[in-house]
Amino acid sequence: MFRPRVIPVLLIDGDHLVKSVGFKNYRYIGDPINAVRIFNELQADELVFLDISATRNRRVISLDLVKNIGEEANMPFCVGGGICEISQIREILSAGAEKVVIGTHAILDPDFIRRASDEFGSSSITVCIDVKKRKFGKEQVWTFNGSRPSGFDPLEFAQIAEKNGAGEIIVQSIENDGKMNGYNLELIKQISKSVLTPVIALGGAGNIQDFKRAYREASATGLAAGSFFVFYGNNKGVLINYPEKQDLKFLYES
Amino acid sequence: MSITVAIVDYGMGNLHSVYRKLYNMNVVPVVTSDADKILEADKIILPGVGHFGKAMQHLKDQGLYDSLNEAVLIKKKPILGICLGMQLMANKSEEGEASGFGWINAKVVKFKIKDTVHYKVPQTGWNTVSICKSSSLLRHIENGDEFYFLHSFHYSDTSEEDKLTVTNFEYEYVSAVEKENIFGTQFHPEKSHDQGIRIFKNFIEI
Repeated sequence: MFRPRVIPVLLIDGDHLVKSVGFKNYRYIGDPINAVRIFNELQADELVFLDISATRNRRVISLDLVKNIGEEANMPFCVGGGICEISQIREILSAGAEKVVIGTHAILDPDFIRRASDEFGSSSITVCIDVKKRKFGKEQVWTFNGSRPSGFDPLEFAQIAEKNGAGEIIVQSIENDGKMNGYNLELIKQISKSVLTPVIALGGAGNIQDFKRAYREASATGLAAGSFFVFYGNNKGVLINYPEKQDLKFLYES
Repeated sequence: MSITVAIVDYGMGNLHSVYRKLYNMNVVPVVTSDADKILEADKIILPGVGHFGKAMQHLKDQGLYDSLNEAVLIKKKPILGICLGMQLMANKSEEGEASGFGWINAKVVKFKIKDTVHYKVPQTGWNTVSICKSSSLLRHIENGDEFYFLHSFHYSDTSEEDKLTVTNFEYEYVSAVEKENIFGTQFHPEKSHDQGIRIFKNFIEI
């Protein structure tokens, strides 16, 4: 039977892994290729790599890194960071990635989603929506790694992304990032009930119960997290980990 | 002498991961868009991600359509189609209303899902297979083994004798086919951990 995926999201800064809290306070985690090898051993469902400083520095995620990941990974992976041209997508996909993640540029130019999905098929194009409340305001979509408000309502933009051919939508809560105290379930639920494409929950997962709730209560088909997979214990020591099959039994119960 | 496997490069998707998985086995994988190299190879892999109509057009534009027919139908070389590569082996597809190779008597249609909250298209993720007939491609693969799927279209009206596995995504559809020297998997062996590597090993040993 079909089941939701449990997906480690690994943040890249240049050539190494980092992890944030609230899109700030980046902490060094280690070497990405070493992490891929460990996730192979642990039989992770899928990996997502996002270069968090690419857009700001007007560059794209390192193609060499994508190739190296492609050589190692025994599972599908998805890559994002600074993508704003069709040729960049072609290079990343031919380096071995299943999908690309388009964030800021999808919001600045929603028609780019259409051009990308026409060229490579919807199933290769994932759109990432970073959501935060403005002070005294409503939730909205932010760009440039959570630094600029776009004015788009999250649901409104998810529907635009779907209409333009996005094959998958990552819904990320900026406020919950790195806190490990649960997803923004209302937001995820609202979007997954309103679009036909797969929705991946991201931001805040701290335990398996959080994954279960995102699946059961918010109908997410991808259960993604960062901190959960790279930290261990109360002191948050760095340890790449992935739940055992027996701990993910809920995935197999409809 | 180790065998040569041609991985057909027609500008549609992910060849690198397939190459890499084969490279680690006792074969010589060659990524190529050269008709002669395809005809010389012992075995052929036809990968593919993207649009059916565009893919057939690329194959024809690059002069590979006739060579693949020759390699598969006359020289009877074992061929493994992956994802879109499997779909191209059918008679035709709704995607781009285009004709395929017609090696397998089936057509390719879009998922028609009723419960759109729980079944999102494209089907993206891990699903199980149920085996329809015994096959050397499925040696050491069991009913209920999981593979990675990423697709919006699937086989329909497939000849009963060509069905190799079926998979359930709200309803049951054909997820792998086999007819003589022709094999196809809708799932991605190159992304399916040990089970996927097993499929490649089996294909090489056929």
